Amino acid sequence: MPIVMILYYIISISLLGLLTWNFMREKESVTDMLLYLIVAIPFILRVLRVK
Amino acid sequence: MIETRKIKIIMLVLVAIVTVIAGIQLYQHRHYDVPIVAGPGVTKVGKLSDYHAGIKGTIADTDVFFMEGEEEGGSMLVICNTHSNEIVAGLTAFMIVENAVVEKGRLIVIPQFNNSGGRNTRSGDGYPLYFDIDTPWGSKTFRMGNRDASPLDQWPDPDVYVHYPEGQLLSYMDVRNTNRTWPGRPDGPLMEQVCFAAMELIRNESIDATIDVHGAETMFPVTNCVVAPDKSMRIATMTALTVKSREGFDFHVEPSPAGMRGLSHREIGDYSDSMPFLLEAPLPFLDQPTGPKTMDLLLTGKDPFLLSLSEKGMLFVPYDEEGWPIERRAGQHTSVILELMSQMGRQYPEKEMIVTGIPKYSDVVENGIGYYLTDPSTVDSSRIYYQ
Repeated sequence: MPIVMILYYIISISLLGLLTWNFMREKESVTDMLLYLIVAIPFILRVLRVK
Repeated sequence: MIETRKIKIIMLVLVAIVTVIAGIQLYQHRHYDVPIVAGPGVTKVGKLSDYHAGIKGTIADTDVFFMEGEEEGGSMLVICNTHSNEIVAGLTAFMIVENAVVEKGRLIVIPQFNNSGGRNTRSGDGYPLYFDIDTPWGSKTFRMGNRDASPLDQWPDPDVYVHYPEGQLLSYMDVRNTNRTWPGRPDGPLMEQVCFAAMELIRNESIDATIDVHGAETMFPVTNCVVAPDKSMRIATMTALTVKSREGFDFHVEPSPAGMRGLSHREIGDYSDSMPFLLEAPLPFLDQPTGPKTMDLLLTGKDPFLLSLSEKGMLFVPYDEEGWPIERRAGQHTSVILELMSQMGRQYPEKEMIVTGIPKYSDVVENGIGYYLTDPSTVDSSRIYYQ
């Protein structure tokens, strides 16, 4: 795998971590909670390499 | 605190359920194979990777059907499903491969050029995943694909696609569009490699004419036409005039713009000796101001909003209550392909081709596309290939 692809996977994992962290910290806005989950879906699929 | 935790758990479960249900549907669509029967004229079936090993074993590899006559003559390559949401192209390929018999020359067909795109869909646009064509032996189900290859197969996209080798800046998503990645390169992104493999096929097989089959919006001026560069213009013009007068459908010629790179009708001509042609038939489904994107709209082309726009003179094709049935669109393509063959033979006698079995416009309109599709259960399994 080229280095640039490894970097892209690291970026995906980082963004997924941020989204998870925000989801866990969110206490009030249900809309934001849902948004974090929906946005996380493509990153989860990408990191797990689901086709 | 406990209340918030409950809400989060419920949300996680709901999102997981929706993701799994949608994921299963998309997985099944991606892995659904459509059988095509190698008709009486098919003499050999190869793979595109035979011309560039870089795509071997990837989802980008695809079947290439050869129909070779006993007598030497011209050679023609027909490329279909460059954009798999323009379904008329794939249906045209099925009719040719399952029926054509070549007596003189060679006809080569690639029914599923962008195989990754053919197993993709357009997220958020509500595209149907499948469509059915009625045949005398039942209904045959086809996948409806997308314009671009799936990001599952070529990722990530660049911010801007820098075309190779011209360096023109194109939209980021065009790096997955096999009508922007011509002529391609052997070590580029996967779709550039697909186009490179096709260029190698064209060069190694000495293809005289290459036809790329498409469909286009009725509100887009480049529709109901053949797009041709200067080297193909004479044959294209004679073809358009002949089909208009003989077959009675509206058709015109569009010049291939020299400054717009990556398109088949430009790069194939510039990077090989082949004469390229790109065919467009009207595809109301792709127009933006339509009703729901249903299978019915896809096949009949009937839409009240387009009818209203037509009355205001805002469409580039004739449009009435009959819409644009898929039979008319597919029939136009088969007739134009046959006429291009005929005109090539007239202007270059050594490139003459004699092909029988391909239905013309009037045949397809009268009998329907399904009439020209073979029931796979009636033929030997060695003649069946999956697209």
